[in-house]
Amino acid sequence: MLEIALRLGGVLAAFLVLPLLVGQTEHKLMAHMQGRLGPMHAGRFHGWAQLIADGVKFAQKEDLVPEGADKPVFKLAPAVALLPYLLALLFIPLGPGDLVGSALDMGLFAVLALVGVGVLAVLMAGWASANKYTLIGALRAAAQLMAYELPFVLAAASVAIAAGTLSLGGIVEAWNPWWLLWQAPAAFVFFAAGLAEIRRPPFDAPIADSELVFGYLTEYAGLRFALLLLAEYAGIVVISALTTVLFLGGWKGPGPESLGWLWTLLKTGGLAMVVIWLRVAWPRLRVDQIQTLCWKGLVPVALGQLVLTTVVALAID
Amino acid sequence: MVVTMDSTLLGDYAAFAVLLAAGFAFVGAAMTANRLLRPSAPSRTKGEPYECGVETEPGQEAPKAPGSGAQAGSGATRTGVAPPPRSLVGADWAQVQIRYYVYAFLFVLFAVEAVFLFPWAAVFAGFGVAAAVEMGLFVTVLALGLAYAWRRGVLKWQ
Repeated sequence: MLEIALRLGGVLAAFLVLPLLVGQTEHKLMAHMQGRLGPMHAGRFHGWAQLIADGVKFAQKEDLVPEGADKPVFKLAPAVALLPYLLALLFIPLGPGDLVGSALDMGLFAVLALVGVGVLAVLMAGWASANKYTLIGALRAAAQLMAYELPFVLAAASVAIAAGTLSLGGIVEAWNPWWLLWQAPAAFVFFAAGLAEIRRPPFDAPIADSELVFGYLTEYAGLRFALLLLAEYAGIVVISALTTVLFLGGWKGPGPESLGWLWTLLKTGGLAMVVIWLRVAWPRLRVDQIQTLCWKGLVPVALGQLVLTTVVALAID
Repeated sequence: MVVTMDSTLLGDYAAFAVLLAAGFAFVGAAMTANRLLRPSAPSRTKGEPYECGVETEPGQEAPKAPGSGAQAGSGATRTGVAPPPRSLVGADWAQVQIRYYVYAFLFVLFAVEAVFLFPWAAVFAGFGVAAAVEMGLFVTVLALGLAYAWRRGVLKWQ
């Protein structure tokens, strides 16, 4: 009982701390990539407390719900956007042995299902807002998320075939460095499709602030908006951590295995920085380009990887 | 397989349920704190949709259904006796071409099949070459479906 409570406490702590770290890193990294300083005042030292200050500000803001909105759905959408990422963190192993919230045998399947809930939250938010910009944003997101779900799942299946198990811990156990080469196409497909799943640039057409005001987030204000933003950063953590665990060997790395958790965190952090970097460096893809990249690029690559993985896995056997 | 000593299947799902409840408690607590701290000064303007001043007139059908989401001319709303309280532009009924539905069909076809990959992935090693042939058939069917859609021009944005 106590042990389960400790595990859940750890997952909750990771959920509350890691997205904020990613957010603060985004502030500073983007600023430096663009030749400016970013937040400098909150907390005195290089603006480290900026996001805490933002949180305090959001908590005091008026709760605005549009007159024409479908109010219960509108109010529920931020929770539906946020909670799947919290639950996904439960299954992602931090280190070897039992350094994991819950070592479910079908952890991979559960995590993919949870990440897929995102489309529901976006449709709820966009439709319930009763605003044409949110509706267009939500429909764009629905089309994008459904399309990218497919290469996302296929690339993950490739790893499951290579490891012969659906347990995330088991996949890391089975991993060895030459997977970096063998599974490289799947890794690329998975990471790109993951970016599209969390609607980060260059796949941010559903938000597209220069065309759609702020897409499906347009009508949100105050704390509900903050929760939706938190969901975005939690999404970055989950996608980076999943890519780490599936393709980069999770806790494996030089040094004693007792420091494995450090490797998981470092790799996850590195990937999160790539996510931030892409936002600074890449222009937004057009809606049709998004669909083209998925159906004519990522899906065929993922199918080819499936064949390759099966053949090689059997040959090794 | 990493299975902790004390984690039974039921225990795994119990942890999941507790975490789900904790998540809702977190959101609930945040919203409660918000309720205690925030001001409340509702007004008509705040309740309006944020549509950059191009709001549509509710309950009005467009005179003719346009092929795209283009607004009807703003002159249509000027016929009323009393001027509208805010600038309403066009009717709130418009037909837009939903270009995404084909992708939705494609997705359903593919995703339903992709789900079956996962149980297969966990056991295929025991079946050897037969499993590989199955895999080849499976991917061929999917690839043929995609090639067919591609050939028919479904994947081209119109």
